[in-house]
Parts: sequence; C-alpha cells; structure tokens
Amino acid sequence: MSSTAEKTMKTDSMFINLGPQHPSTHGVLRVGLTIEGELITKAVPDIGYLHRGTSKLAEVRGYHHCVVLTDRWDYVAAMPNNLVFCLAAEKLMEVQAPPRAEALRVLMCELNRVASHLLFFGTYGIDIGAFTPFLYAFREREMILDLFEMACGARLTYNYIRLGGVMADVPPEWLAKCREFVDYFKPRIDEYDTLLTYNPIFMARTKEVGLIPAADAVSWSLSGANLRGSGVCYDVRKSDPYCGYERYSFDVPLGQTGSCWDRYFCRVQEMRQSIRIIEQVLGGLPEGPTMAAGVAKIPKPKPGEAYAHVEGARGDLGIFLVSDGQASPYRMHVRAPSFLNLAILQELLVGNKVSDVIAILGSIDIVLGEVDR
Amino acid sequence: MGIILEKLPGVTKGLPGGELLLTTADAFIDFGRKMSLWPMTFGLACCAIEMMGSYASRFDFDRMGVIPRPSPRQADVMIVAGTVCKKMAEPILEIYHQMPEPRFVISMGSCANCGGPYYDSYSVLKGVDRIVPVDVYVAGCPPRPEALQFAVLKLQDKIAGMRAIERGAGATLQQERGSRDVLSAVPNDEPLPKPASGPRLELR
Repeated sequence: MSSTAEKTMKTDSMFINLGPQHPSTHGVLRVGLTIEGELITKAVPDIGYLHRGTSKLAEVRGYHHCVVLTDRWDYVAAMPNNLVFCLAAEKLMEVQAPPRAEALRVLMCELNRVASHLLFFGTYGIDIGAFTPFLYAFREREMILDLFEMACGARLTYNYIRLGGVMADVPPEWLAKCREFVDYFKPRIDEYDTLLTYNPIFMARTKEVGLIPAADAVSWSLSGANLRGSGVCYDVRKSDPYCGYERYSFDVPLGQTGSCWDRYFCRVQEMRQSIRIIEQVLGGLPEGPTMAAGVAKIPKPKPGEAYAHVEGARGDLGIFLVSDGQASPYRMHVRAPSFLNLAILQELLVGNKVSDVIAILGSIDIVLGEVDR
Repeated sequence: MGIILEKLPGVTKGLPGGELLLTTADAFIDFGRKMSLWPMTFGLACCAIEMMGSYASRFDFDRMGVIPRPSPRQADVMIVAGTVCKKMAEPILEIYHQMPEPRFVISMGSCANCGGPYYDSYSVLKGVDRIVPVDVYVAGCPPRPEALQFAVLKLQDKIAGMRAIERGAGATLQQERGSRDVLSAVPNDEPLPKPASGPRLELR
C-alpha cells in the first residue's frame, strides 16, 4: 500500500476491553486491546481477578494443609500441583516415597495430563468455531475423572498425592479399568486428528498465526508445549527426572515454526506419549507400601530451603519452600508456568487481526487459577 | 411479556373474573421461564470446569432447557462458579445489572457460598451473597455436575411458585423489590396439607 493510501485510510485507534467476562478468555483474564481498524497496536494483559493469596495462606497452614491449596492453582491438572509441593516438602523433611507410591504418582500425573490436554483440545475447538470436538473430548475426559474418583473420591481437586507417598493404594479393580481406558483411548487420538487437527478450516485459522520464534520463546521463559511448539527441546521429565521418569521411554514431541497449530499439535502428540508412559507403568507396577514410614502428623522440618520442579500439564512448575522449623512454611514461592507463558501475549498479539486474538490466546493454554494463584 | 406484565393488571383489575385471568397468566409465564433457563457462560475458577462438564456430553444440560449464552443481555441466570475475589466483585455486579429481569443467581461451590478454603484470605470476598442476591446455593468444592443440575431443578421449583403480579398491586414484584423476592414459600412438589381428622361437619 502506498503511503498516501495509508494516510487516507488511517482511522482513529479504538480501545477494546476483552474480558474479564468473556467466554473465550478461559477464566477471568482481561486484555486491553488498542486497535486501528482490524490491526492490534497494543495489548495489555490485566491479571489478578482470581488472586486468592495462596502463597500468603501457606504461611499459616500446616504442610499437609498446603497440599489442599495446591489443588486449586491449576485446577485442570491438579495432580502435578500436589506432586510438586510434596516433592519440595519431602526434600525439606528428608523423606523418600516408596517405589509403588512413585509409580502411582507418575500414573496419576500422566492421566491428568491427558485430561488437561483433552480439555484444551475441546475448548480450543470452540475458540476456533468447532463445537463438536468439545463433546468428544469431554466424553473421554469423564472416563479419566471416573478413574480418579475411584482412586481418591474427587473429580477435580484430588489431594491424592500426600507428603511421603499417596493417600491410599488404588482399589483392586482399578488397574483393569485403567487398562480398559488406555485401550479405548488410543484409537480415539487418531479420530481427533481426522476431526480437528487436519481440518482445512482449522489449519487455515491456526497454521500461520501467532508465530513464536525459538529465540523469543526462550527469552520470554516459556515452558511446556508453548516452548516445544517452537522447536526447543526442554522437558523437565527428561532434563531433571523425578519419580523415576528416567526408567520410562517416551519422546518429547516438538513443533517446527511455533505457530498456534504447532502448539496444538504438540499437545495432541503429548497425549500419545502420556499413554505410552501409562502403559509402561501399568506393566511394571511395583508392590509394597504406598506411604513412607515416619511422616509426622504435624511436620516441622529443619530450617532450610528446597526447590522442586515437575513438568506440569502447562510447563515447568516449580515450588521454592523455606522452612524455619515451625509447623508451617516460612515462605512458599510458586514458579507458575501459566503466569510466565501469559507474558508473551503483549508482544505476540501486536500486529495481528482482532479475529486471531482468541486463536492465539487459546493456543497458549493458560489457567487463570495458576496465573493469579 | 412486557405487555402482559405491565398492561394486563391495569386492564383486568376490576373486571369480573380478572383475578382468574391473572393467575392463569402466571402459570403460563412461570412455565415459560422455568423451562428455558439460559445461564451466562461465566466461569471464575475450578467450579467452571465442572460447569463445562455439565454442559458436555455426559451430563447434557440441554435436556433441562439450559443453554449457555455468552452475553449477560441474553441470560436469565448467572451461575457464579468459583472464587469471587475483591477485584472481580465489581465486574460481577456490573454483569448482574446488565442481565434483564427477572434474573436469578446460583452460587456454585464453597468459595462463592462463603469463601470456602479461602475463608481467611485477604483478597477473597467471603460469599457472593454480599454483593448480589443469591437464589440457590450449591455446596461442594467443587460440586459435582449432578449437584449443579439439582440446583437448577430447585430454581425451577422456585420459579414455578413465582407470581409475576401481586394481587391488587398492579405492579410486578420485580420492579418493586428486585429478584431475590421470589415468592417460593411452598415448593411445587410438596403435597398439599391434609385436612384435619375428626368427624366431618355436616352442612345443612
């Protein structure tokens, strides 16, 4: 376009308020968008609408009670949250979970990763305008929630992984039911590919949109599928294995260009890998106790600090705990992947069309409970 | 609906049989209201995931006439699903006032009921009923989809007992008092009180 045409077609800039009540912001995110015509010139994410003060509450709760609070950060995948707190606290308390508990932890976390990615798959379809995948994804997700319910009684906020192990061993018929689910679920992923992944409309809406170059992804400190979608191979399960992840063989799916589609496709591939891990765990589940001996009712770890991190469903989830010898942590800091992933929006949205905002926002896959904590 | 609610009482008042006409209109209006409760898609926190679960394939909220609407202007009921933080309180109030009357509120989950696990948090509002009137409370953290569906059934009962036109007043209750004053003293399915036992009075 020539500069004269640009000058004559220039319009006043307009401010659009996206959220906090917006069906596609996946919670209570508000983004202040400044637009000129169709183009976004400025995007300012405004967070804090779900700030519940968890870090401060942890300072007055006991260690066992803190696990309950962790459930409610990333409520779509709560098991890794439980796990990361327990790992950090176990380092402070110098407790080691028994092998069966570790295997169950891996099993639950991977099942939860599948459930979380299924929710992403369903809601991302809705964001782009395809409603049907949502119904399919929730059909399978309910099966996983049934498994969780059998194991611990809760559908969403589990409090299953406890300090020193897990709450209880799974019921005897659980393992058979889990195998049944795995067999049922494996062909379903191929069904999703035909339903949404290679759908031409879906690809047109996502393939060239929201590109994050690898260098940007690293400098914005992205993690999880957002980082791997840009082709950077970083997975805590590989680089810093915990709970015996080094024993299981699985691949880290990578994207190529860092587009919305790549991030989406990474998550679909991760579901396949999670199922691989679940099969391996089910094949060699060790016998034995599920709780370490000698975990105090009111733990008072020695003064010190500990950091633990796991690969949550949204990325590198870390907890830094400081103890001063009292019954509750002196300080708890959370490295929340959603919070750090969200930051790139202010750069990523600029220059895009208004209609692509939701496609980009959905592909980052944030959970506001974890952003605001 | 507006014509019926605003004009009808003035016209029929004083007519022979006018009262009967008004109560018949009530039955129709309540039936229409309770069978198509459209909630606003408005998720705050964890409970919103269970709310999505209720809309999805297994629990299928559609069979109760509950279809989510993305705009408050088209919604009848607001499901407050999750923790209400102090920063979010103002937008919630604004959204509530954007909804057309009659409007209903379901408070879903412990956080929206009373603060729940965040009862001592500095940033959480201890119950959404401090800012908007609540019709039905659902307990749980988070409540199961079945519990949310039961709450909708309870709200339907409440609406069935609602009289749009107060006898003799000529103005709607909604306009006078706001949405919390739904007349719901007797639930719909409660059996009628039995007559007192004893010898029947003979009419002469």
